[in-house]
Amino acid sequence: MPLAPCPYNELMLLKPASDIRSSEITDKKVYLQRREFIRAAAMTSIGAAAGTLGVTQAEAQSWPRVKIAGPIQASGWGKGEKPNAYEDITTYNNFYEFGTEKDEPARNAHTLRTRPWTVKVDGMVAKPADYLLDDLIKPHALEDRVYRLRCVERWSMVIPWVGIPLASLLKRIEPQTTAKFVEFTTLNDPKQMPGQRRSVLDWPYVEGLRLDEAMHPLTILAVGMFGEYLPNQNGAPIRLVVPWKYGFKSIKSIVRIRLTDRQPVNSWQVSAPSEYGFYSNVNPERDHPRWSQARERRIGEFLMRPTLMFNGYGDQVASLYAGMDLKRNY
Amino acid sequence: MSADRWIRWVVKPIVFLAALVPFAYLAWRAYHGNLTADPLTKVTNDTGIWTLRFVVVTLALTPVRRLTGWNALVRFRRMIGLFAFFYGSLHVLTYLVGDRFASLDFPDGFVALSTVRNLLASIWEDIAKRPYITVGFIAFVSMIPLALTSTKDWIRRLGGRNWQRIHRLVYLTGIAGVTHYWWRVKADTSNPAVYALIVALLLGFRLALSLKKSRWLRRPAEVGA
Repeated sequence: MPLAPCPYNELMLLKPASDIRSSEITDKKVYLQRREFIRAAAMTSIGAAAGTLGVTQAEAQSWPRVKIAGPIQASGWGKGEKPNAYEDITTYNNFYEFGTEKDEPARNAHTLRTRPWTVKVDGMVAKPADYLLDDLIKPHALEDRVYRLRCVERWSMVIPWVGIPLASLLKRIEPQTTAKFVEFTTLNDPKQMPGQRRSVLDWPYVEGLRLDEAMHPLTILAVGMFGEYLPNQNGAPIRLVVPWKYGFKSIKSIVRIRLTDRQPVNSWQVSAPSEYGFYSNVNPERDHPRWSQARERRIGEFLMRPTLMFNGYGDQVASLYAGMDLKRNY
Repeated sequence: MSADRWIRWVVKPIVFLAALVPFAYLAWRAYHGNLTADPLTKVTNDTGIWTLRFVVVTLALTPVRRLTGWNALVRFRRMIGLFAFFYGSLHVLTYLVGDRFASLDFPDGFVALSTVRNLLASIWEDIAKRPYITVGFIAFVSMIPLALTSTKDWIRRLGGRNWQRIHRLVYLTGIAGVTHYWWRVKADTSNPAVYALIVALLLGFRLALSLKKSRWLRRPAEVGA
């Protein structure tokens, strides 16, 4: 598997710069015209669709899907799992920054500007800095990771992520020995994220991991799915994916990564401390106060599957919690 | 056409058809596979909210009639109430099939006595264990006697006064329904809050009315004393 030094480059979305001949480069005026044409065509189809009762805007506002430039390593994760349909993964989202209904992120997330994107790395690290997204990701090889995602609301999906192990990034920024936790923060900008105009949660959205959880090889920072860049509603341009925890731990559209010696207080814990804790490991034995977590509906199926401890990743992660009472530390 | 015939043959059918629109829309979207990635949850949520809306409209008819003097409204009370029950039944049905039935084990296959037993146990467990299900169940069950005694025949059989007393159960339906919704949502309580406010106003109106009435009834006694 070839390792590209620069698998992720915002200027040359389709190919590494060296592979593009000048004859291939489209004149700016021409591509702007093309974009205008595509936009006009899209608007027309939205208009037509809106005239047809029942066609949701989410379908009408389909995103330009862009293949990730450069190689993506196969990781072997998720063999035998059948990914859910792209359509389902991109129109059924919990992303309260764009509305609390499942279809709202797909309809509203077009206002998010994902480029340029800066991630502040600070706290107890040797190399604090504001990183441009590319500088953050570039030094690491992108990998395919097909993971199960279990939402705390009792549904689940299988998603083919593209990302880098969080551990490789953390090693590069060098956490100090006193650092025990990693805190992540989502963008806070009601202009781009209309859902933030209402105080449904205490914005900005914050999540956290213990440092050993963050360093676990299963934990990734995802920048894509299906070999393409993340659609906005799925947490573009960069999000966390922690497959053995409930979905809300996998924070989206990250602008800050902070190393700390104090356990971060995550947004859902602030919102409802009796229902959502810091760990939020998938646990069929510990019911949510309002519903059982013993089963889940895999999107696309009727009968619910039994939920597996740590979402089925127990062999890899159970040792992180040896000796802990996971019903109390929910 | 007299006002009576106009209501019976024109307005009522229109209201009836209008009340079926949410159902038709759901059916249409179901037919086109356009009910989100999790259709059962979508149908459960949508039928639930429509139940509450129809309960609210039922509760609103009397106050609006009093305030506007538009007495013909009383003739829509039964129909709207029965539509609340209709949507409530759909809501409960999708919950039973999509949530209770779908989360069962089927050790002896689908068609087996154990399926029935497990289903009943699972329904009962949910009602006993989850407060929002408990109040939702109360809200639904409180509508059953109202639906059953909604005919003219039952009014006659029970006598107007008794019938009216029984039908005050709808106040419980409203309160339990709003509570069910409130306890169900995750963080965004703004919608349940709106329904709670409306139900509070509608019940408050009745309370104020009955207080006023009882004071009015007492007055001659005071004068006589």
